[in-house]
Amino acid sequence: MARVRERAKMRSTVRAGSGAAARGPRTLYDKIWDAHVVRDYDDGSSLIFVDRHLVHEVSSAQAFEGLRRAGRTVRRPDLTLAMPDHNLPTTARTGADGRRLPVADPQSAAQLDALARNVAATAIPYFDATAPEQGIVHVVGPEQGFTLPGSVLACGDSHTAAHGALGALGIGIGTSEVEHVLATQTLRLNRSRAMAVRVDGTPGFGVAPKDVILAIIARIGASGGIGHVIEYRGSTFDAMSVEGRLTVANMSIEAGARAGLFAPDERVFAYLKGRPMAPSGAEWDAALAQWRTLRSDPGARFDKSVAIDATAIAPSVTWGTSPQHVVPITGRVPSPDSFADPVQREAAARSLEYMALLPGQRMEDVAIENIFIGSCTNSRIEDLRAAAAVVRGRRVAAGVRQALVVPGSGLVRRQGEAEGLDRIFREAGFEWREPGCSACLGMNPDTVPAGERCASTANRNFMGRQGPGARTHLLSPAMAAAAAIRGRLTDVRTLMAEAGMGETQMGEAQMGETGA
Amino acid sequence: MTLIRVEGRAYPLGRANVDTDMIIASEWLKTISREGLGKGAFAALRHDPANVFDDPAFAGAAILIAGENFGCGSSREHAAWAMADMGVRVVIAVSLSDIFASNAFKNGVLAVCLPADAVAHLLDAVRGGAGIAVDLEAQAVRCGGRTFAFAIDAFRRRCLMEGLDEIALTLADAEGIAAHEGRVAVDAPWLAMAGRRA
Repeated sequence: MARVRERAKMRSTVRAGSGAAARGPRTLYDKIWDAHVVRDYDDGSSLIFVDRHLVHEVSSAQAFEGLRRAGRTVRRPDLTLAMPDHNLPTTARTGADGRRLPVADPQSAAQLDALARNVAATAIPYFDATAPEQGIVHVVGPEQGFTLPGSVLACGDSHTAAHGALGALGIGIGTSEVEHVLATQTLRLNRSRAMAVRVDGTPGFGVAPKDVILAIIARIGASGGIGHVIEYRGSTFDAMSVEGRLTVANMSIEAGARAGLFAPDERVFAYLKGRPMAPSGAEWDAALAQWRTLRSDPGARFDKSVAIDATAIAPSVTWGTSPQHVVPITGRVPSPDSFADPVQREAAARSLEYMALLPGQRMEDVAIENIFIGSCTNSRIEDLRAAAAVVRGRRVAAGVRQALVVPGSGLVRRQGEAEGLDRIFREAGFEWREPGCSACLGMNPDTVPAGERCASTANRNFMGRQGPGARTHLLSPAMAAAAAIRGRLTDVRTLMAEAGMGETQMGEAQMGETGA
Repeated sequence: MTLIRVEGRAYPLGRANVDTDMIIASEWLKTISREGLGKGAFAALRHDPANVFDDPAFAGAAILIAGENFGCGSSREHAAWAMADMGVRVVIAVSLSDIFASNAFKNGVLAVCLPADAVAHLLDAVRGGAGIAVDLEAQAVRCGGRTFAFAIDAFRRRCLMEGLDEIALTLADAEGIAAHEGRVAVDAPWLAMAGRRA
């Protein structure tokens, strides 16, 4: 006990130094930040402790190399978890004889080998390509209970923001910072500003969490969140599943934000209970008591606030090459002239040229050759269920050249198979793949050919993102499924009505009634 | 590599939302080295024959001028490595993605934010043949007879000017890190280890 008191005393001394006490009511972000300050520097930056570090093959090789050259070691391999995801082909990984199949691309193979060697040399826990738990880092972290409320989690990937769905501060970093975390288990950061994004109301039939985050990005713009950490608040999110919140938090970076946070609630606690790396027994009870304090105090000040009415959100799709280029599926391609700002006007004109779209064209008339259901944004079991509900008993349209379903992890894949989702997709003409980042980013064999379009559940519609000249339309899993069935961008509500599907088969899994 | 003053030509790129896929395509991310990425820099924009990077008037520029939200998207440090490898030491933009700015500083590339009207002036002047002087010590950009002051994080400024090894600086605080680890073990033992429990 004496030791505990001494620690507590030491902690309060440290926190008084961080200036937290003087600021009055604190935001959730403040609380997580304050609890992780190792040291405040005179120049305004702080040394922040990193509780969890996810490592993948693309952003880590040069970091490990840097450590080796400087003669440094990994400080806390026990707080680190590694797996391959970006580069890994999503085709079969073992042959009929059970033997491991080689990765054909020599550069990818070398990078994947480098990760395996680096984690072996540093004793970092590792899910290799054939481990049942392997998957996309941002799917696996929450799924394993590696991600916990109130923690600071870093990863050399911008979509680390996703972990904010569980109330963890997920910080995306570059390779130099990966090296810094490996060597010191800390990051030297400046405190971001706080932004509240409030969404209230029960979204309409067929509206998915993806539509909610696209609406948010459209509203605040692709740079609206720069320098800020977003806290998502409001009845729409209270009623949203944890997996839905993962989709929302994931794309915080597409609004320019440093991170996105949800105050953890009973849904999060129920989601985490029993996960392999989550606490259990008495430790679980102690954790729970602390996690329940993780919310912004009444009266906490946000530097910026935005409010959105969920009932006004429609199933949506992007038309351009920035995630802020969003229209309802029932809408039309905007005219560049409709943008007042000359820079935005020029960008819109360039986007339309790249996307081969004309102002005024109906979004529902846009033909699609590729379908991608996957990525760290939308590859969890609820996403696959929502897409399968639309696909069930139907066929992929003749004009669709490739239709991929890529589960976010080996466990999601198995769960999908246990529920028969793989059969629904395969019978309709989809390919059911092994877990990985796949066609989100064009650095493994899953790419979109130049000039072709892809209806994609991923997070970026940048020029060339899915391959040079590829044209990407972002949308929800159910909307991607609808596009596959019709061979063009399609209002999923039409297909749902045809099939006599109600809320219970569709939206409810991710978006409950808010009672608002 | 230290950086105090950079003078000369600049690439007048402009544009909003230049993302890191545009700066370096994912195909280049398979490398396990930091070297040689300049060859792939801005490949997506170089399809356009009128692009600023292949215009002899700007050849060899060490400064790049862009619009809003430069470096948005992926956290790939390869974008900063590619720009440093092609000789760019300073990026001036209306706004910059947080992760890109951090990556740039860690690779000796100064990232400066200036208001939209200042950036518009720089773009016009540079397109008209003017040179630019960026002075990190004075925190000022000079071009075409005008001077624009810029704000910069004190730690980043010092790191650039003195070429500091950030990891060595942090490791000097190893005791503070260990003390924090001790506190976590008592206050939040569930965070003190991440391994499989059962």
